[in-house]
Amino acid sequence: MTLAVIDYGAGNLPNVVRALQHLGVALTITSDPAVVARASAVVLPGVGATLDTMTTLNQTGLADAIRSASANGVPFLGICVGMQVLCDISEEFGPHDCLGILPGAVRRFPATLKVPQIGWNQVRYTTKHHQHALFDGIPDQTDFYFVHSYYCDVTDKTIIAGETDYTLDFPSVLINGNMAAAQFHPEKSGSAGLRFLHNFIQHMAKLECEPLHV
Amino acid sequence: MLKRRIIPCLDVKAGRVVKGVSFVDHRDAGDPVVLAAHYNDSGADELVFYDITASSDERNIMVDVVERTAAQVFIPLTVGGGIRTVDDMYRMLRAGADKISINTAAVLNPQLISDGAKRFGSQCIVLSIDVRRVQDSVGAPQWQVYTHTGANARSTGIDAVAWAIRGAELGAGELVINSMDADGTYGGYDIALLQTITSQIGIPVIASGGAGTPEHLYDGFVRGGADAVLAASIFHFGNYTIAEVKADLHNRGLAMR
Repeated sequence: MTLAVIDYGAGNLPNVVRALQHLGVALTITSDPAVVARASAVVLPGVGATLDTMTTLNQTGLADAIRSASANGVPFLGICVGMQVLCDISEEFGPHDCLGILPGAVRRFPATLKVPQIGWNQVRYTTKHHQHALFDGIPDQTDFYFVHSYYCDVTDKTIIAGETDYTLDFPSVLINGNMAAAQFHPEKSGSAGLRFLHNFIQHMAKLECEPLHV
Repeated sequence: MLKRRIIPCLDVKAGRVVKGVSFVDHRDAGDPVVLAAHYNDSGADELVFYDITASSDERNIMVDVVERTAAQVFIPLTVGGGIRTVDDMYRMLRAGADKISINTAAVLNPQLISDGAKRFGSQCIVLSIDVRRVQDSVGAPQWQVYTHTGANARSTGIDAVAWAIRGAELGAGELVINSMDADGTYGGYDIALLQTITSQIGIPVIASGGAGTPEHLYDGFVRGGADAVLAASIFHFGNYTIAEVKADLHNRGLAMR
């Protein structure tokens, strides 16, 4: 029973791992598709661009491993670019295919806004998902830390669990069965972020971790 | 709605916080990890460690400080000071920094901005600009870039506004605009400087230098157009807590976390 944290060179991998270790969950850092395929739960971190990320995931065979984990209902958490690559396509550096697990496209914020969005912004829960265990103990409209220039424009609105207002409303949390994804960085969102990760481990991945002291 | 950010900055030398932080009644008040945790608990939105160490031996201590902080404090951490190469950036990022602040090294080698942005993403690269006000021939304000922060600061003759625009074009994700004239005066930020830059730049701008009261922070945000404010003395000496300042700014109508 282990949590696989996928290592494909993402800049925030060490800090995602630090936050998970702080929560006391047993984890494996891996770039091996076979290990991902056997894992009882998977975390996909991410900072940077979808194009580079997809190139690496395709070359290493991790893309197929993620698709099959998703098809098998393995609990999964994508963070930031690890969320965006779940979509069908991205327009960053020219249109390209992503993992095609969640229907939608990755789009750039309009040029009228300051890009990247950097800072703390509120997550507003949707009616359908506001009682989801991923949000246990985290009040609606809590601030999380965002750093991104692109967002997921999903076509299936029923998977939107949290929305955020950056002049336009964009999906900041997606939940589809055992798959969850966050546009913000829970590993950098203070006590609320730690609780979000804790909820994923305990309620979705159903793995052991230490009680949360925050 | 995106919140305005308040970012305390700690000067660290050989692993200890200098410029005395006098409000923390704690025997380890000089320990950057202790102070980082304290500021996190009191509502800081991010933290900056500025390494004022001279030798490379002591720089290894900074790596350790960053590692120990990142294992305990889960908000964004920027590290600056003495970072001259992409490999220097990599070491600090691996140690747990989220962003790297560069200043003199970027003026001497502007490609460092684009190299860093290409390798780690623009969101990792903060261009910090030390600025002094000068007058042009008709008395209008102009601003010049200085390097080598501190007592030995050197004029470059480079126009600060042009350098800010160039830095954004080269791939910096944020700018810190530090007014050397205002720094340490408690008289407020150089609002004209901030306005001139924020009106021409599409990336977040962090105001620095001169904050003495919550009103100064308000002016930096509202009149200066800053997205975040960097502050040291106003918090370190216990004049205000971050919570007090945030409550004040909230009452003035700003969105704070």
